[in-house]
Amino acid sequence: MIPAPFSYRRAGSVAEALDLCTEYGEDAKFLAGGHSLLPLMKLRLAMPEVLIDLGPVRELSYVREEDGHIAIGALTRHHDLEHSEMLARVLPLLAHAAGQVGDPQVRHRGTIGGSLAHSDPASDLPATVLALDATLVARGPAGSREIAAADFFQGLFETELEPDELLTEIRVPVPAAGAAGWSFQKFTKRAIDWAIVGVAVQGSAVALVNMAGTPVRAAGVEAALAGGATPAEAAAHAAEGTSPADDINASPAYREHLARVLVERALLEAQSV
Amino acid sequence: MDGEIAALPAERGPSAQAVTLTINGEPRPLRIEPRVSLLDALREHLGLTGSKKGCDQGTCGACTVWVDGRRALACLTLAVTCEGHEVTTIEGLSAGGELHPMQAAFIDKDAFQCGYCTPGQIMSAVALLDEGHAADDGQIREWMSGNICRCAAYPNIRAAIRAVRDAAGGE
Repeated sequence: MIPAPFSYRRAGSVAEALDLCTEYGEDAKFLAGGHSLLPLMKLRLAMPEVLIDLGPVRELSYVREEDGHIAIGALTRHHDLEHSEMLARVLPLLAHAAGQVGDPQVRHRGTIGGSLAHSDPASDLPATVLALDATLVARGPAGSREIAAADFFQGLFETELEPDELLTEIRVPVPAAGAAGWSFQKFTKRAIDWAIVGVAVQGSAVALVNMAGTPVRAAGVEAALAGGATPAEAAAHAAEGTSPADDINASPAYREHLARVLVERALLEAQSV
Repeated sequence: MDGEIAALPAERGPSAQAVTLTINGEPRPLRIEPRVSLLDALREHLGLTGSKKGCDQGTCGACTVWVDGRRALACLTLAVTCEGHEVTTIEGLSAGGELHPMQAAFIDKDAFQCGYCTPGQIMSAVALLDEGHAADDGQIREWMSGNICRCAAYPNIRAAIRAVRDAAGGE
């Protein structure tokens, strides 16, 4: 369980990180918390020749209230999201979901940007930002661009990010007064496991964890809700359009059943908030 | 601390090079490749074998140490990224031959069977009290969830944590 050899470069700022990325191209990977990348490197599923350590780039660790949205620096750690009083007040879904990632040790190191850029559909935060209609900001040599969360996740471990781009900020619109209800449901065998299935609900937006190669919106549920369905009626559509994996944890049929159960629980909880 | 980090060499490896870590308040020079985990640096290079290697993939918590006072998994932390930061291991808990109250409580409450996970449990348990996450057994269970005990000594681990919490509260 030792990674293949690599060179280590420490970036002190976003500009320096981007310069290093341009210098090394596709041979390089950014290192944030490392709690997704290092396991892959130990298994030699990832073998970057250069690691660009973003640890000292503290300029990307923040939670700010801006005009109509909350801006979150990509290197903000899960622990800091979980304990942000502002998030607890304005975006409780995100604060709560961040507090459900892994365990306390993992949350001390892992970052929101690292989790999103890793694009594991079993992770909690990709589905959460999808339910929140977040916009992700990427910076590259040509400047910054905005990517809707709905377009960002392209597949298992694949995102819309170009190899020379760094995810710098997550912008989350403040939920409208009528969409304040939220819930995050996650089914795991042990506290530290990835979700077998999870659900993030904000208002009438419903996103699923681990029901496809990417996080997905439960379009059937949302359409039913828009048509006036009850939570139980809407939840019956939870598995529509999904393609859950068949693995050591669960069969697709089991995951589909879990999705329906968890969506109903989530919708009921969101109604009561 | 930021100034210190800025002053560090910005490039290392892939071969072994000099790195100085601050472990339990002491500067500890060593020669390591960038791919060496903090856990392997502690155990294989510095002889600090208190931190244990269980899963080596970030799920068991046996390697729990503190980095700048926050508990972290040494197996998923590269040693080279800890330059300029303070690392505390189980060896740094006792002072002058005196056990830390949590270590003493683990013995008193028989909070282990095989003992392999114990250093990680104790590092988490002490941090848990500092974090203020030990109000009741439910909180203790949740905030100790990163440390697995395959002997299932959990009831006695919670008893040890309660004992230290209550003794501290009574001071």
